[in-house]
Amino acid sequence: MSNPTLFSLTESAMSAQLVRMNAATSNLANAGSVSTTKEEAYRPIRAVFQTALDEASGVSTVSSTQLVRSNANPIERYDPANALANEEGNVFEAPIDESAEMIEIMESARQYQNMVQALQTAKQLMLETLRSK
Amino acid sequence: MSERIFGIHGAALELRSQRMGVIASNIANAATPGYKARDVDFDKALEARLAAGQGSVPSFGEPDLLYRRAVMPSLDGNTVELGREQVAFAENALKYSASLSFVEGKVNTITRALKGE
Repeated sequence: MSNPTLFSLTESAMSAQLVRMNAATSNLANAGSVSTTKEEAYRPIRAVFQTALDEASGVSTVSSTQLVRSNANPIERYDPANALANEEGNVFEAPIDESAEMIEIMESARQYQNMVQALQTAKQLMLETLRSK
Repeated sequence: MSERIFGIHGAALELRSQRMGVIASNIANAATPGYKARDVDFDKALEARLAAGQGSVPSFGEPDLLYRRAVMPSLDGNTVELGREQVAFAENALKYSASLSFVEGKVNTITRALKGE
């Protein structure tokens, strides 16, 4: 991206936060999901943010370059009644901390709001400048 | 010519606008691991801008962009503290407004002189 403006900066930040929020929501949706084998069990995903500085204007945009899967071990639970249980009667539950995911979503929402507020202020000032005679 | 009419305010307005971009970058990167919050030494930047005179490209060089010293840097190396950034942004927006009204005042003065009211 060449010559980032305040608008493209806000756009990139909002998209990045959206990816982060979607990742946390997916984790939350998969809380409590079980599978037969350890490998198949859902592992939480996290968005990784990366910054890019434009030397000329001093503006740093942000982007979500990749999603990483946590290497936390699924929780093995004895549940022979479950249809997905293996021969020993165990199932593997996704290692998801619901509170942590909720906090992740809240933090992301706060930062999203912050960016929108900053853009509104900047836009207001730009409009005032445009309208001055 | 415009330098003489607007004095310090034209340059100040441009710098305020650029500083707004820098602080907005800090707000945007509040969750980026390893990001270091940056800001501008406004006095120095304005002095340099005025010394360079008209016709120069108004932009920040490396020496003008400084790193903010964090009160409590977080574990992932990010030094953005949202409270401080919000205050800095609000302060900058207010001062932008102030500079803008000074420029507007000057323009009004000239316009009235031209019209001969």
